[in-house]
Amino acid sequence: MTGDGHFLELRGVEKRFGDNLVLRGIDMDVGEHAVVSLIGGSGSGKSTLLRCINALEPVDAGTIRVEGQLVSGPGVDVDRHRRDVGIVFQSFNLFPHMSVLQNVTLAPRQVLKLSKQDAEARADKLLERVGLVAKRGDYPDSLSGGQQQRVAIVRALAMQPKLMLLDEITSALDPELVAEVLNIVRELAHEGMTMLLATHEMSFCREVSSLVCFLDNGLICEQGPPEQIFTEPTNPRTQAFLKRIIAAGRL
Amino acid sequence: MEQFFNTFFSWEHFRESLPSVLRGFATNLSLMFVAEACVLVWGLVLALLRGARSRALAPVRWLAIGYIDLFRAIPGLVLIYMIGFGLPIAQVPVFGDFSQYQLAVLALTILYGAYVAEVYRAGIESIHWSQTAAARSLGLSQGKTMRFVVLPQAVRRVIPPLLNDFIGLQKDTALIGVIGVLDGFRRAQIYAGSEFNLTPFTSLALCFVVLTFPMTRFTDRLLKRDQQRLAARR
Repeated sequence: MTGDGHFLELRGVEKRFGDNLVLRGIDMDVGEHAVVSLIGGSGSGKSTLLRCINALEPVDAGTIRVEGQLVSGPGVDVDRHRRDVGIVFQSFNLFPHMSVLQNVTLAPRQVLKLSKQDAEARADKLLERVGLVAKRGDYPDSLSGGQQQRVAIVRALAMQPKLMLLDEITSALDPELVAEVLNIVRELAHEGMTMLLATHEMSFCREVSSLVCFLDNGLICEQGPPEQIFTEPTNPRTQAFLKRIIAAGRL
Repeated sequence: MEQFFNTFFSWEHFRESLPSVLRGFATNLSLMFVAEACVLVWGLVLALLRGARSRALAPVRWLAIGYIDLFRAIPGLVLIYMIGFGLPIAQVPVFGDFSQYQLAVLALTILYGAYVAEVYRAGIESIHWSQTAAARSLGLSQGKTMRFVVLPQAVRRVIPPLLNDFIGLQKDTALIGVIGVLDGFRRAQIYAGSEFNLTPFTSLALCFVVLTFPMTRFTDRLLKRDQQRLAARR
């Protein structure tokens, strides 16, 4: 580790889609084992920020470093970078033509060059943990949303990433399925997985986060420990956002 | 009326010409299998080149687009004639030494490769980019993402239109008689020329119907199933 010791370090990250400046200069530091939540309204840039960190979207300005290594901009080996950074999407994005086991073992076998047995052993261990080892031969279509999302988390974990990005992973789920997914995230947090999550689950965010960042209009308006953000936010925009969240009964 | 029946449906001529027509049709059959295999590969290569997104490959992409546009515009008969007679006369290296049969395969592959490339491309583009995002985010390269995630799903989706193009290809194998391959059409023509009777063409037509009809039915069923599946998802 180099630099000032932050695991993930963003400086002045900008991203535009056409004329629309979605990220307007994001500075952020995520320490190892930290759980950082991104909150904010839709269109505030949370998802875009996560995609930029995973190099799924190129940044237009600024730098992103992981363990001191520059991972944004031209000339970066994005495939190498992505091995260390797992992402879980709102809409699961499992591969529908593959069984659960094939979904989970594809990248370990093709990218990490694990043998079939090793990859399957690793997959089974993780599936066991999320209670889905019995579904290893099933296809995604036959699983519930919560089960699919748990498989998607396992698929990312099978690469043994150093950082997990969770992009509103419970937003597409029926309310009764949310808990089974959040329980896994909670466990990961307790085990010390470094995570960056965009979320609308405010009480969960308050419970697991070490740091909460409020994004508004492509900028981090306010950041701090969850107790401070949720009880005494200083920025008027944060206050207005939380008021709306409370009014909607989400906190 | 009797004249009409004798011309097309003479039992005597049918019996007499059938072995020759069947032997010719066997050539059509083998030609269609070989050409279909070649078309599957060549069409995929074209589709991948056409879909190449990196800037360095832009010239290749334009070439692929030009190729596809050109060969979809040329009538099959014209192309088969030009390749079957032209390449040997022009003494084109390698291709000039091909047999008539090999040149026929080449012509059909060049022609149908262009159609099938477009079918593949439609399939590849129909796969939602989130699938690519998921694969790339796991560290899979662009090539492996295409091979393991996009293509398997795309190919499944395009099987019905692919079969549709193959029906066209199967029928177009009857065009290769013009370059001297002794296929069903050519043999029927030879018989009809000496006996002044068209019954061998009727038998040949029957051969094609027997081959193609189940395939069109099957394709229609696949298409219908896909539409129902789409409707159910909405």
